[in-house]
Amino acid sequence: MDLFIHQVLAGLATGGIYACMALAIVMIYQAIHHLNFAQGEMAMFSTFIAWQLIEWGVPYWGAFFLTIVVSFIGGVVIERTVFKPLHNAPILAHIVAFIALFAIFNSVAGFIWDFTIKSFPTPFGQESLFGSGLMGAHDAGMIGVTLVLLVLLFLFFRNTRVGLSMRAAASNPDSARLVGVRVGWMIALGWGMAAAIGAVAGMMIAPVVFLEPNMMLAILIYGFAGAVVGGLTSPGGAVIGGFAVGIIENLAGTFIPVVGSELKLAIALALIVTVLMFKPTGLFGARIVTRV
Amino acid sequence: MTIDRTIASDDAANTPVAGSATKARMVGGIPVAWQRTAFFIAVVIAIALPFLVKNFTIFQLTTVMIYAIAILGLNLLTGYNGQFSLGHSTFIAIGAYTTAILMEFAGLSFYGTLPIAATICFAFGFLFGLPALRLESIYLALATFALAVATPQVLKLSPFEHWTGGVQGLLVFKPEAPFGLPLNSDQWMYFVTLAIGLGLAVCAVNLVNSRSGRAIKAIRDNPIAARAMGINISLYKTTTFGISAAYAGIAGSLSAVVVQFVAPDSFTFVLAIGLFVGLVVGGVGSITGALFGGLFLVFVPNIAEEVSKGLAGAVYGVILLLVIYLMPAGAVGLIRTAAMKLATRRR
Amino acid sequence: MSIRSYVSLSALVLGMAFATGPASAQQYDTGATDTSIKIGNINPYSGPASAYGTIGKTIAAYFDKINAEGGINGRTIEFISYDDGYSPPKAVEQARKLVESDEVLLIFQSLGTPSNSAIHKYMNVKKVPQLFVATGATKWGDPQNFPWTMGWQPNYQSEGRIYANYILTNHPDAKIGVLYQNDDYGKDLLQGLKDGLGDKTSMIVSEVPYETSDPTIDSQIIKLKDSDADVLVNIATPKFAAQAIRKVAELDWKPVHIVNNVSQSVGGVLRPAGLENANGVLSTGYLKDPTDPQWKDDAAYKEWEAFMDEHYPDGDKSSSFTVYGLAVAQTLEQVLNQAGDNLTRENIMKQAASLDNLQLGMALPGVIINTSENDFFPFEQMQMMKFNGERWEMFGPVISGEVGG
Repeated sequence: MDLFIHQVLAGLATGGIYACMALAIVMIYQAIHHLNFAQGEMAMFSTFIAWQLIEWGVPYWGAFFLTIVVSFIGGVVIERTVFKPLHNAPILAHIVAFIALFAIFNSVAGFIWDFTIKSFPTPFGQESLFGSGLMGAHDAGMIGVTLVLLVLLFLFFRNTRVGLSMRAAASNPDSARLVGVRVGWMIALGWGMAAAIGAVAGMMIAPVVFLEPNMMLAILIYGFAGAVVGGLTSPGGAVIGGFAVGIIENLAGTFIPVVGSELKLAIALALIVTVLMFKPTGLFGARIVTRV
Repeated sequence: MTIDRTIASDDAANTPVAGSATKARMVGGIPVAWQRTAFFIAVVIAIALPFLVKNFTIFQLTTVMIYAIAILGLNLLTGYNGQFSLGHSTFIAIGAYTTAILMEFAGLSFYGTLPIAATICFAFGFLFGLPALRLESIYLALATFALAVATPQVLKLSPFEHWTGGVQGLLVFKPEAPFGLPLNSDQWMYFVTLAIGLGLAVCAVNLVNSRSGRAIKAIRDNPIAARAMGINISLYKTTTFGISAAYAGIAGSLSAVVVQFVAPDSFTFVLAIGLFVGLVVGGVGSITGALFGGLFLVFVPNIAEEVSKGLAGAVYGVILLLVIYLMPAGAVGLIRTAAMKLATRRR
Repeated sequence: MSIRSYVSLSALVLGMAFATGPASAQQYDTGATDTSIKIGNINPYSGPASAYGTIGKTIAAYFDKINAEGGINGRTIEFISYDDGYSPPKAVEQARKLVESDEVLLIFQSLGTPSNSAIHKYMNVKKVPQLFVATGATKWGDPQNFPWTMGWQPNYQSEGRIYANYILTNHPDAKIGVLYQNDDYGKDLLQGLKDGLGDKTSMIVSEVPYETSDPTIDSQIIKLKDSDADVLVNIATPKFAAQAIRKVAELDWKPVHIVNNVSQSVGGVLRPAGLENANGVLSTGYLKDPTDPQWKDDAAYKEWEAFMDEHYPDGDKSSSFTVYGLAVAQTLEQVLNQAGDNLTRENIMKQAASLDNLQLGMALPGVIINTSENDFFPFEQMQMMKFNGERWEMFGPVISGEVGG
């Protein structure tokens, strides 16, 4: 029973990582209705920028916010330069462009910063919480940051003009344009925000898994799992999905012999497919009705 | 190195341009005579090549054709039926392992394992097509991607280790040329692959232009209208998935003997993504495009590496972006446009 | 094997040498001439294992240095290194390109068990040396069946045996928990550990695998802790080993912690994990760790540092891969020096199999390379060491963990 509780708590901590990433995935999905396969690599690159700033002597929070700003601008620039020209291209071309971005970011990061793992500082401290060793202070802090982000996003999409315009632009570009929403810029804004959230996710995740160019590969897949399980249209769902994936993965790994520990990732992925089968929009996703 | 360029003619007939018939017999805006000539030349070159180049180049060209077969299968699914797959590496793996295991443990010859591999992959594809029915575009891409990521882990699962060789993989023997033909094993496998590839391409053309093929395309273009016309969408979609997987399985089976080795690391999601890239680069919805996709997959990473070792990945990415901007309809689209311009000018 | 004799242009021009010099038996195979030796290499510069690309780059830099200093026996080294992205089929393509198109004399330091397994048979059928492969699997030392393949680093199984010996002697009542990477390397090392424990295998109370695709291994560590193990054998690559060291400290768990050699780098593993967390960790070594302060004034270390500054300035000096690359390149240099003017593939293998008490500068003092026609394991010795919070302290004798074969 102890083992069970320990694994659930550890799953919650790991789930925080997935939830963080899942939020960034949902953000970009809200803006462009695509899954950005390069998202993890963008977040990794942002984290390296933060690391470099800290190495240069910038204090943690200065580097933190500076990185968010740089990432936001970077996201907007990528949309304007790479994806705007592809606006009318089929979705297949978009996916290939994501793959290209993935290769570029991964390779450039390795070229500049090398592949040796680097430790990334945490503002919350590395000691364990409540002295029990069950959850680290950083894990708890990361979960807190995720929840704060979630609330901010919720308020942004519900209560601000820009947030509403963005939703309008994503769900019905033509009508949105008619009422004066600048759809193109809304998409760019979505990219910027997704990149910024990705940067936060990266900076929260790096202290746990260590910073290196390939750090995001697996996390992105788990993040996808979390986002899809929760529903790509629901930030809250994505966060819950992230936690759920973390816990289920740990429990399966511990309590199902052989298969559980050797197929942890596969189990998470089977979860995606199962949820999609029964609820194609995710557990908390809104049903999208398409007109014929 | 275009082996089956006439095939593009049948293929291009589906584009709306075909309506503008002029005096010369044209298909897709390109004179049929040109296409025939191109096809003839391509076949001659394809047959002559193995006697002119080094064994290593023959091996590379065989690999190109193997990729092309897999991309062709993917094209039937994505290009003609509109179903995404970022997970075709799984079916290649199943094909390759079927051949390797049957040769190792059942003592079958390679040729005997080929149809078995195709059948097993068809079954797996058909079965995977069932849940795929419920998934729309990006979700299906994700689900198949999940399949690709999970494949190597399943392949090295310890309960199966006795048959799969676990992480160490299995060695496979390469067949020699039969009947005392004066060919070395590289040349022989090249011709085997060429023959199978041409055969599969002809099958694909016939399928696409048949009544079933029109149903498959109708489902892609307008599923609701297709249903209204009485097309059994579920059956067509799952069967297409099965056929597509069978193509990939045949490619996998061939790759097992050509590479002479199978291991979990040979079939990672990188391969699945590679096939997808090959599909888009070659030309979505084009039979000939598969060949260009195969060429891209084998040679462009080598070119990227030549440019810069440290930044090979970045160079590859930039090339990929350029290809998408400059050839939005893939390599075949570019060639077709060029040929059409040329044909119009001559008139 | 066809032995081709070259009369190169330079030999014709310098015909004098022909007349005056002794009639030395200059024998060459494809890839070697009077002026150059072509050496092939396959490394994962891209893809998930790209961290290892550093080894290939270091080797290239070292041959640059050799060439700048006049080459080996007057021949420049032409080092051709290709990327296989850690994919076996690509490795086969690159190996064939090297052998059949670039026509190299030998393939050196091809990296990774899957890639080397894929080209193993090809190289032996072609009778081209597959020399000093960069993997610690045991199967590379099999001269009876694969006389053209040789490993280099201590194999994983011997390392496992060394740990088993240590545990049996010092903690005979231990309950052992093992964390291992679920691939050939992890399983080989675990096998060695079990073989070394012999009939005491039941001491292992928990074996927990992880996949390289796992973002964290917290869950595995918790499982190990809850199995009440008091000795933890950490068979993990740097990133995961560092995570484990940190998590063990975070859980306030105090087992005897043995970290495998792959992850003994102070700068690459222990410092990111937290030096205070790593205090007391045990491991084995055979090469000097460049980030270990005790080598600061060591002559060989200074030589390495000068080499890095001059020929590989972009290189990461905290990475143990650069030391590895240098050491393995020096081993090949020794083989080529021994081969002299007889640069046939057969003689290369013969010389590689007759390395006698070779002490490399960056190998630990007393750890030497020995090979013979029946012994295709160059490095077989290691030494146990303990981390004192600042640097590794060697203890006990240099141990040889020979495996049959």
